[in-house]
Amino acid sequence: MDADSKHTRRFHQARWDEPVIFELNTPGARAVLPEPVDPAIAKAVGDGVSRLPEAMRRREPPRLPELSQPEVLRHYLRLSQQTLGADLNIDIGQGTCTMKYSPKVNEELARLPGMAELHPLQDESTVQGILEVINQMDLFLRAISGLDRFTFQPGGGSQALLAAAAVIRAYHASRGAQRDEIITTIFSHPSDAAAPAVAGFKLITLHPDESGLPRLEDLKAALSERTAGLAITNPEDTGIFNPRIAEFTRLVHDAGGLCSYDQANANGLLGVTRAREAGFDMCFFNLHKTFSTPHGSGGPAVGAFGVTRELERFLPVPLVDRDPATGRYSLNHDLPDSIGKVRGFYGSAAVILRAYAWVMSLGAEGLREVAEIAVLNNNYLLHNILKLRGASAPYAPGERRLEQVRYSWEEMTRETGVGSEDVGRRMADFGVHYWTSHHPWVVPEPFTLEPTESYSKAELDEYLAILARVNREAYDDPEFVKGAPYESVVHKMDLAPLDDPARRAVTWRAYVKKKAAWEAARNR
Amino acid sequence: MTEKKARPHPYIPNSVPDVKAAMLREIGAASIDELYAAIPEALRFKGRLDLPEALPSEQALRRHVEGLLAKNQNCHDHLSFLGGGCWQHYVPAVCDEVNQRSEFLTAYGGEPYEDQGRFQALFEYESMMGELLDFDVVNVPTYDWSQAAATALRMAARVTGRDELLVPATTGPDRLAVIRNYNGWAMRVETVGWERATGLLDLEDLRHKLSKRTAAVYLEVPSYLGVVETQTAEVAAMAHAAGALLVAGVDPISLGVVAPPPQYGADLACGDIQPLGMHMQFGGGLAGFIASRDEDRFVAEFPSRLFGLTETIVPGERAFGDVHFDRTSFHGREHGKEFVGTAGALWGITAGVYLALMGPQGMRELGQGIMQRAQYAAAHLGTVPGVRAPALDAPFFKEFVVDFDGTGRTVAEVNQALLAHGIFGGVDLSARFPELGQSALFCVTEVHTKEDLDRLAEAVGEAVAGKKRRATGSHGVAPRSAKGGKRRGR
Repeated sequence: MDADSKHTRRFHQARWDEPVIFELNTPGARAVLPEPVDPAIAKAVGDGVSRLPEAMRRREPPRLPELSQPEVLRHYLRLSQQTLGADLNIDIGQGTCTMKYSPKVNEELARLPGMAELHPLQDESTVQGILEVINQMDLFLRAISGLDRFTFQPGGGSQALLAAAAVIRAYHASRGAQRDEIITTIFSHPSDAAAPAVAGFKLITLHPDESGLPRLEDLKAALSERTAGLAITNPEDTGIFNPRIAEFTRLVHDAGGLCSYDQANANGLLGVTRAREAGFDMCFFNLHKTFSTPHGSGGPAVGAFGVTRELERFLPVPLVDRDPATGRYSLNHDLPDSIGKVRGFYGSAAVILRAYAWVMSLGAEGLREVAEIAVLNNNYLLHNILKLRGASAPYAPGERRLEQVRYSWEEMTRETGVGSEDVGRRMADFGVHYWTSHHPWVVPEPFTLEPTESYSKAELDEYLAILARVNREAYDDPEFVKGAPYESVVHKMDLAPLDDPARRAVTWRAYVKKKAAWEAARNR
Repeated sequence: MTEKKARPHPYIPNSVPDVKAAMLREIGAASIDELYAAIPEALRFKGRLDLPEALPSEQALRRHVEGLLAKNQNCHDHLSFLGGGCWQHYVPAVCDEVNQRSEFLTAYGGEPYEDQGRFQALFEYESMMGELLDFDVVNVPTYDWSQAAATALRMAARVTGRDELLVPATTGPDRLAVIRNYNGWAMRVETVGWERATGLLDLEDLRHKLSKRTAAVYLEVPSYLGVVETQTAEVAAMAHAAGALLVAGVDPISLGVVAPPPQYGADLACGDIQPLGMHMQFGGGLAGFIASRDEDRFVAEFPSRLFGLTETIVPGERAFGDVHFDRTSFHGREHGKEFVGTAGALWGITAGVYLALMGPQGMRELGQGIMQRAQYAAAHLGTVPGVRAPALDAPFFKEFVVDFDGTGRTVAEVNQALLAHGIFGGVDLSARFPELGQSALFCVTEVHTKEDLDRLAEAVGEAVAGKKRRATGSHGVAPRSAKGGKRRGR
């Protein structure tokens, strides 16, 4: 066997041709029966709904589908089989997102009644266990970042960035300062720009020089008495660490601004370097990335947001306190300068619990090992991808990278017409995920790989073999790659209807209406 | 640098020393440290992170975490009447079966070509929510009701080009705080008063505050105090006459029996799907929805992902993908609509499963059963001397206010006494709504049996009767008047 056929498996994704659930309707079928009320209750209060005035009663039942229980189960299990989670594939193609292993024991723990069946407003004496977990996780993240206080309220990284922007706003307002500009970089996550904009800031975006890093001179030029802060990742999406980051933060501080460190993905840095030493005033960690909690198809999640002592008073409420005298935990709502709230209650507590268990499994040495292996795996990929025809890793040639790399197929696209999106569709034929990159595509025809610590050398080799095969196909038969996928649930999609107001359908009811109208118009 | 350890960590495949050495050799690096050359010495963290001793054995880890969780008391082994933004409902087994499937649990940013099932499941979620809400557009879930309300109001401001929001003073406290943090810097967030006797909106105050600047009137049905607003048609007419939009915040589990938002003229709806199949998880089960009519002026303003239906190059083959992706911050950074990110997709899939299981009849039976149980509980509590329940004279769905002023007891005292009976009493309203005196918000759902409700009334009766222990002094506080004597909140 040649290298390709040895390593690329003969994959075919489950293709159930599964109908939309409304098409599985059998009038009268039932899947779950609510428990009837006790006859004595009905006798005492009547039908209950008559208490509603006529205008506030539902006139006709919602047109939900009617199925039996096994049909509902089979339908959803088929849809699950048509989904490729990190538990199934070598999920290194979604750079910036740290698709690592989510330990199964943590799932079992999160589903115990002592976690799942807690109400957030229970008496504090009845929730000492979960408050202890939250307090401990706060202490863990203080150690990892060097900052002084964490909140777990934000429901994701973007909401943590919103919290950061609100703290920056509150900080300057408390000093009577009118500052309305936040500086970020084009290789920081889109939400580093979007979330501060929601909080009312104007954005100044720095672009990289040939080394891939933002220029100190550009930063200096952007700073003024209007500078409220800096919101930046390091390393950025390129995986290149900015060695002058402490100069960046010092300059921003000298200009009167605050520095916010996007550590959504900090996987290469655990125990290696911290926000504190780089001069940041705040940072956040995505527990669903570096700290291993499952991504859940896109949440629930936590953007754990931490600040220095000076900024603690602005954090969202409540914070979890521990009384050193009694060892008792409590919820502290008494922060007069708090920005208020960014999310209901205290965040996704079951996510915090999973992250806590993950840190406890690894400890200080284990976290350092996570970072080191993630970086080793990444440089191993980099070393091998640069051997592919027409692939490159723009910026910093010959340098090592940290946890991820933004690559480019620019040359291959020029030579074959096969672009990064085409490659991604073809990769699906081998049972792996591949993502291009966030917009805008500063790196032409980009792809971003982040192998984390969770994949073996053999698995990295398999992913490389798939990439090599698609790369060869691009040169041998570009039209074939452009027509992919062939072994997926569906074939190449017609994207036009999704953006056409006459045909777009976000619900089945809209689809049914518009399809009829569209077909009538076409037949006229 | 990390030394070779005797046992590789089970989560880290390449921590096997020989593998690590082979990889370093292949990339021509002498050590791991060499890979970190870019990080200046001054920025290196020296020493060992201050963390507890690791528990790499799964068995030891499980024992440790189970020990922590055992310190909690929970709503499974206690009888709970807590609501106020997170509610205990029955979770059908198939909901948990689906949301713990590895494929959905560990998927994330997959393209439609790997994750077609995820796209279809969320499209179906949107579709079933659309039927429940009677709206044609529903988003992929956002963080929670609070965020959904803040964004729906922000959308209304963009649609109308106005900058003032009218929000009932009975809006949930967390939601109000989120709305203010999210929108307050740019918009005036004005609260509208309510009728003390009924909990209904004060229409005179609303009339007085509506202006040409009003972008939206926000209305919760039921409100935080549990009341189903009866003047919805008037509120909608007044808002629309002023050129404002009506944004309704609703409890989706009520919609088998309560009118869907368009029936009373709402332009946008929002709320939380936690009741639809999510365990409470100390508030972690929250996820928000936003819905509208299928009009460009609304659709264009959604920040969220919207999954839609299309076809492929194979005739007749359907597929699901992103609708108008270029609206989003993923596409346009700060020029996108607000921002989008990881929020609550797994709960969206689960809520879809829940609605598919319940069907139209299930939602109706469930809603009716909840109303009957809640009315029974309120009436029964109202027979306890000194207790007024329901304390507000208006229809309610599953939550209602119980006023303990006539008992001389504070809510905190009553709840402590109930806790001794293994009962979590209602949410203490006395700090947030001092005008209600010593009142609590009780939540009753389908999880409660008649015996549970009888037990509650009996325990409340004992708590307020001043059983032996109470008379001894330390708890012996003077009866409080309706308006005064506010005790420290929780």
